[in-house]
Amino acid sequence: MGEWWTTETSMENYEISSISHVTMSPSRRNNLVSMYSFPLSKSSYSVISAFCTEDNIPQCISYINQELASLGLSSTCIEAISPGDTGLSTVPALNAMYELLQIHRRSMCNLEELEREQLRKSSTLEHIQMSNTRLKDQLELSIREKSGLHETERQLQLKIKTLQSCLKTEKDEVQKLQSVIASRASQYSHDAKRKEREAVKLKERLSQLLIDRKDKKLAIDVLNCLGRADGKRRHWKTTKATSSHEDEMYKSLLSDYEASQRSLMLENAELKKVLQQMKKEMMHILSPRQPSTRGATADDSQEQADLDGEAKGGDASRESLDQYCEHAREQLTNSIRQQWRKLRNHVERLDSQGTSQNQLESNKEVIPRETHEDEMERMRCEVQQCREFIHAQQQLLQQQLNTSFDDETAALLNDCYTLEEKERLKEEWRLFEEQKRNFERERKNFTEAAIRLGREKKAFEEDRASWLKNQFLNMTPFTHRRRYSSSDGQSALSISKSVASNGLNLTKITASLRVEYL
Amino acid sequence: MTNHTAPVSPVSHHRHITRNSCDCKMNFSEVFKQTNQLCKVSPDGKYLATCVQYRLVVRDVSTLQILQLYTCLDQVSHMEWSSDSLFILCAMYNRGLVQVWSLEQPDWHCKIDEGSIGLVSSRWSPDGRHILNTTEFHLRVTVWSLCTKAVSYIKYPKACQKGIDFSRDGRYMALAERRDCKDYVCVFVCDDWHLLRHFETETQDLAGLEWSPNGCVLAVWDSCLEYKVLLYSLDGRLLSTYSAYEWSLGVKSVSWSPSSQFLAIGSYDEKVRILNHITWKKITQFEHPAIIDNTKATVYKEAEKRPGVGSDEMPLHNITMGATLFNTQSKYEICPLPVQIPVVKPDPDRASPKIGISVLAFSSDSRYLATKNDNMATAVWVWDMQKMSLEAVLEQTSAVRCFQWDPLRPRLALCAGNTKLYLWSPGGCVSVQVPTEGGFQVQSLNWHCSGDSLILLGKEQLCLCYMDTDQEDK
Repeated sequence: MGEWWTTETSMENYEISSISHVTMSPSRRNNLVSMYSFPLSKSSYSVISAFCTEDNIPQCISYINQELASLGLSSTCIEAISPGDTGLSTVPALNAMYELLQIHRRSMCNLEELEREQLRKSSTLEHIQMSNTRLKDQLELSIREKSGLHETERQLQLKIKTLQSCLKTEKDEVQKLQSVIASRASQYSHDAKRKEREAVKLKERLSQLLIDRKDKKLAIDVLNCLGRADGKRRHWKTTKATSSHEDEMYKSLLSDYEASQRSLMLENAELKKVLQQMKKEMMHILSPRQPSTRGATADDSQEQADLDGEAKGGDASRESLDQYCEHAREQLTNSIRQQWRKLRNHVERLDSQGTSQNQLESNKEVIPRETHEDEMERMRCEVQQCREFIHAQQQLLQQQLNTSFDDETAALLNDCYTLEEKERLKEEWRLFEEQKRNFERERKNFTEAAIRLGREKKAFEEDRASWLKNQFLNMTPFTHRRRYSSSDGQSALSISKSVASNGLNLTKITASLRVEYL
Repeated sequence: MTNHTAPVSPVSHHRHITRNSCDCKMNFSEVFKQTNQLCKVSPDGKYLATCVQYRLVVRDVSTLQILQLYTCLDQVSHMEWSSDSLFILCAMYNRGLVQVWSLEQPDWHCKIDEGSIGLVSSRWSPDGRHILNTTEFHLRVTVWSLCTKAVSYIKYPKACQKGIDFSRDGRYMALAERRDCKDYVCVFVCDDWHLLRHFETETQDLAGLEWSPNGCVLAVWDSCLEYKVLLYSLDGRLLSTYSAYEWSLGVKSVSWSPSSQFLAIGSYDEKVRILNHITWKKITQFEHPAIIDNTKATVYKEAEKRPGVGSDEMPLHNITMGATLFNTQSKYEICPLPVQIPVVKPDPDRASPKIGISVLAFSSDSRYLATKNDNMATAVWVWDMQKMSLEAVLEQTSAVRCFQWDPLRPRLALCAGNTKLYLWSPGGCVSVQVPTEGGFQVQSLNWHCSGDSLILLGKEQLCLCYMDTDQEDK
């Protein structure tokens, strides 16, 4: 109760001071009041004096009554003691002040509560925030851990797979070894059983012998002794004999080694010869036949070939000594390899050029084809001319038949003519038939001859190829290959001559056909 | 192929004349009896000796007339001509006896009794005057001299696939010895049985040895449990060792080429490896795949042409030929690649499985090599040694029993346990029916040393096939 007395100035304090003073306890408030009461009252007085002066007291009073009414304190109003007087009736004023104090107190309490509430809430919020951050950190950490664990799991899976495959291979190997062991074991057991059986037989026989003791002596019974197979007398067994055996044995061994060495040397020499020849031929192939297209490379290879030739030319004389020389052998093989490489490149180049030069090469066949075309043209013209001639003849014949309209004489004449014509025609038909037959015969002969010619030509080509092959092979030391006789080439030529000399009427055509075949 | 049957005349022995696509006339003789597949031509090619039960019959090769007849004491287990074609050895393993007969003097007799020690094998020495008997359990090898009646003993001979081999010139004998669980090779001079060399071999369990044809190199191979081939010079130096792989079963067969240039090694992995005589290194290997593809070789497949049961063509033939109703003729067809060869998988639990190259044979000119893979028993593979590639494959309808090269020409004769004889040459392949009554199944064959005739052996019969090869494939 005593509190609200002293809160007079505290109300004034509240108007001026900040909220922080609200939390003060009443006792402290008392002190503050006592500290600040004097200057504040002064200042409060200055504030109040701003609102109410001696002039506007009734206005102030009414204003304050309005305010009180708006606050809900309509019961208390301030009155002046008497109108026009500057004094106030104390009872309503005190009541109004008391009401206001109550209101103020209530609002202070509320404020306190609210502040308390707010404090609590802010502390919980802080707490929650802290826990939130902590949880977030924990979450991150656990996510990282999880990914780490995933990684390790993946690696472990891989490891499992490799280990499984290793296990599989090991199992297979084990199986294989087991089967080997099994077969060996069965072989061992088989052998062991065999040996055991033999031992058993031995034991039996031994026991039999010991028991029986029949003493069947081993002996040979010959009617008469034989002579030695080679008829000589038997020699005494002396040390000389034994040493002679040793000598013989070593002699036979040595002769075998010598024979094999000889054959190896021969083979070696032959192979060397072959290599030399191959090298020479390769050089020959590579060097002279590069006139226009190669240019600089030709000169290079030629130079190389020349150098090689010079080097090898000197060596040829010392060949027999060089057989044992490692260096010479290497040189030979290296030079062969070089030449072979060059030859191969050359052939490859030729191949690539050959495809591009196909058009050029086809020119070779253009010339005979041209003559062939000419011949064909000429023959076509001839045929055309003959046709025209026949056509003209027909027309004339027709005209002739048409012009003569005299009945009987014409008819007679016609008859005669036709008869004559018929006769002539018959004659001509006969001649024609004969000629046709002759022609057919000639043509058949000719085609046969032409076919034969073609065959002979093919045979000749084959012979030539085989002869060339033989030639090439014969340059090698493989002498046991047979040589084919190539006498058939000549016979082909003779046959073609006989064809030519047959004396045909169609010589032109045969000439052209022959050209075609060739 | 025409099969012309002449009427049977009791005198002539050459009955059936056939002309085949190889353009050589083939005369088949009558069928004679034999036991134990003992039928050998003398080294000079003039006589044919056969054993029938306990008799030894010597015939002239061209006329097949009986020249001599000898009687042995028991059933003959082994029979062999001496190198000079004058004597024949008959061994009876049950009784431990060996009897030697002379061709020139039929009264001459010789009997060797091994007594209680038993007899497992008996053979001539190259000079034809000594006999080597291997006693039971391989206790020792007794060398009997027919000139002096003297005896020599060789101790600790090894019981293996091929423990004794004579060099081709007959001067040396190599013998495998097993002493104190180690393998040794003894080289004897056949002249006086003097021990020339005695050396240890680096084998675990020596299985065989063979001289090269030129007599200078001895090939020694280990048992199938270890792949190892050792080459020793005549004086006992180790020239080279060859081992293709470890652990799996190894060498099954070994053969020298007649020129001594190549050594062919057939193994259980179905491959043949060829070593050359200069470096003793492998120069090539021949594989035997089940599917043949990508090769220039010709594959001949035997196709049977069965005569139809109700065909009108041959009723008369059938009546006269009798059993030939069941003898189907066959011919070879060239198969286009790829070809699949029938494979029989061997039992994995058994020892010595039927897989791998068991037979290798070089032709006399060393040009061709014929091989047989045991799990493809119906096929014979012919390889060209010049080109080092497969030349031909012959696929038969039944398992091939035996094949042998002509001693003079590159011509291979083979038989498959049926009534046919097959011939291959680089020119082609032909199947010839052996025209005998009663079905003569050819189990094995031998060429005559002149290459003009073949001796075909059945189970208890034999038949000669004379060939007139006039200017065949040159």
